[in-house]
Amino acid sequence: MPDSTFLDSTELVLNMGPQHPSTHGVLRVILKLDGEKVLGTDCVLGYLHRGVEKIAENRTYAQFNPYVDRMDYVAAISNGLGYCLAVEKLLNAEVPARAQAVRVILTELNRVASHLLWLGTHALDIGAITPLFYCMREREAALTIFEKYCGARLTTHAFRIGGLQYETYEGFEQECKDFCDMFLPKVDEYEELLTANRIWMARLQGVGVLSAEECKEYGVTGPVLRAAGEKWDLRKAQPYSGYEKYDFDIPTCQNGDTYDRYMIRMQEMRQAVRIIRQAVDALPAGPIMGKVGKVIKPPVGEAYVSIEAPKGELGYYIVSDGSTQPYRVRVRPPSFVNLQALDRMIRGGLVADVVAIIGTLDIVLGEVDR
Amino acid sequence: MGSLLRKIFLVDLFQGLGVTFRNQNPKYICTEQYPAERPRIAERYRGAPRLNRNPENGETLCIACNLCALACPETLIVVTSERNEQTKRKDLTNFTYDTSRCMFCGLCEDACPVDALELTQDFEMASYTREGQVWDRQALEEGPRPKQYKC
Repeated sequence: MPDSTFLDSTELVLNMGPQHPSTHGVLRVILKLDGEKVLGTDCVLGYLHRGVEKIAENRTYAQFNPYVDRMDYVAAISNGLGYCLAVEKLLNAEVPARAQAVRVILTELNRVASHLLWLGTHALDIGAITPLFYCMREREAALTIFEKYCGARLTTHAFRIGGLQYETYEGFEQECKDFCDMFLPKVDEYEELLTANRIWMARLQGVGVLSAEECKEYGVTGPVLRAAGEKWDLRKAQPYSGYEKYDFDIPTCQNGDTYDRYMIRMQEMRQAVRIIRQAVDALPAGPIMGKVGKVIKPPVGEAYVSIEAPKGELGYYIVSDGSTQPYRVRVRPPSFVNLQALDRMIRGGLVADVVAIIGTLDIVLGEVDR
Repeated sequence: MGSLLRKIFLVDLFQGLGVTFRNQNPKYICTEQYPAERPRIAERYRGAPRLNRNPENGETLCIACNLCALACPETLIVVTSERNEQTKRKDLTNFTYDTSRCMFCGLCEDACPVDALELTQDFEMASYTREGQVWDRQALEEGPRPKQYKC
């Protein structure tokens, strides 16, 4: 029993979650409070643990592919891309240019969908209900493209090792362009609702400040790092899947607070639309599947590939023992690493800010617990 | 002074409200009235499995090669067959598909060499029992037979 629960103590231990709707899943946070002030937090994880990494050891490389979608189920396509790239690196396989371009289009669409879900739920946590409906409406358009392309909306299993299974459907390019045209004014609309809203600003500005140095110490990546002013994006730093061909900016902010992280994600959605437009315009013709055997049997070795998922750096480390099944698969999930910074960001803040800070980290518990 | 006036007259809040009212336009309504109105489902949708038959003679297309069962990550497909002495081929006897464990990844569909196994656009697969989720050959060929309760 913690000694802080004695009656003369001013410290109150409060259990938040795992059923709390604002913890975005099944995160349990034990808060130590002094009145409204948060003295410290403890995160309890594992409520959604499914042993994905262990499952990988009992599946062939192709069979494990659908499971990675179930880690970050909001950005399943990014997960699939990371895994396929890692296995392709093991195999030393070349992916055709058309497959690479389609992968980029779908991954960026998924980034938009993921950020839209984040924006809607984050605004809902803060108390603004309206953006949720608009975000879900626009997200639906992106999910419809996924459904038409690969037959599933969320856990897509869109990519295969070596390329793509499905050729794009008729009207794919046009629908992607229509989505871009439709979506950009909508981002302005969300900004109109929130950016200058005084309640939104009062709730977010100066809350959960994390400096660039602290981000690096914790290994925090993605929009949280960029909001602190660090210009780090794996799409630029270590281009994969042909990202070097596209022209886009890395948005950064200076303060590293919750408001800046909101601004970063809004900018990232615009940049994603820019990439989609370029990729659709320059979509090459050609085969969609590289030269990969029916049975995927990589040589003995190991490979690590990291990509810029919507939430940060998503890494796949695969060890092959030369058989058809991986010897070990280790996932470096962005949500799990970013969640470390939660205590640092909350400590000294107010209880009402806890929800804002959990929201701003953009965690998905499927990925945290795996 | 300007910012003070903006504060007093709640300009930022009314700007946001403007967006809300603009979106009241009926053309932005996108709710599907599901049971009354059927949802639009993509052609490639991966839903309920089906075992296709030859439309001419009604014989199954399945050649009992077992590739779908091998491709399945959850090993939920069981194919049983017996050797036909006359044609020297395997004849399908039963085919069970446990939809309760299926994650609709589509690997079985990709593995099928004769397009016999197919994931269809049907998505209403609820069942009253766990056993009802395990589809046998007849259910896969003709669609599931939900138990009729009085309605």
